[in-house]
Amino acid sequence: MSDDVKKFLYLNRKAPYGTIYALEALEVVLIGAAFDQDVSLAFLDDGVFQLTRGQDTKEIGVKNFSPTFRALGDYEVTRLYVERESLEERGLSPDDLQEIMYEDEDDDWAEKPSIRIVSRAEMADIIAAQDVVLSF
Amino acid sequence: MAYEVNGQTIEHDEEGYITNLSDWSEDLAKVIAETEEIEMTDEHWAVVNFLREYYEEYQIAPAVRVLIKAIKKSMGPEVGNNKYMYELFPYGPAKQACKIAGLPKPTGCV
Repeated sequence: MSDDVKKFLYLNRKAPYGTIYALEALEVVLIGAAFDQDVSLAFLDDGVFQLTRGQDTKEIGVKNFSPTFRALGDYEVTRLYVERESLEERGLSPDDLQEIMYEDEDDDWAEKPSIRIVSRAEMADIIAAQDVVLSF
Repeated sequence: MAYEVNGQTIEHDEEGYITNLSDWSEDLAKVIAETEEIEMTDEHWAVVNFLREYYEEYQIAPAVRVLIKAIKKSMGPEVGNNKYMYELFPYGPAKQACKIAGLPKPTGCV
């Protein structure tokens, strides 16, 4: 990786609907993915709700953008870190999250999961290793 | 601003993207293509149909490099390359093809 590639981490801390943060973060990720940087996403606090499966927004009259997370692999965004403690504190388990896969170009396009469940301590290390952290 | 299709009026924005995605029909696609000075061939339809399916599945219009990569995978490198895509859609494959497909302007497309 050349020197001008920076490690970008987008921190998602808020529930998907009710505020614009989650949708805006995703839009920024999709736009930023065009710049060939090392991009990953982290989900903690209420942000873990963004990845839950079976979202239905009909009654609140806004677009359900959760399927868009499954397109991230096409944009070479293949690491979605989810904090285990944030899930547990909300009565969620990894099975409550939708399946998000990417195709590994370096491994004969094998399908691999993008979501990685990490502990709070591991999350701290991941954040510390970044060049740029954008919090939403 | 609006397109006229089979006696129906379909609203669009100042750039020609339709306002209500459910207004789309193949006849409308032909009308939009005409205003873009594009004659629809099988290859054009393949791209347009791919975009509609992508939007249906992921709720976004893909960026152009994502589109080209996906077309390459599904239809082969003869169609899925920059040069051919720009021959089909001279003003930009994502921009023009999305307009014809009745999708919003791709994210990050200025």
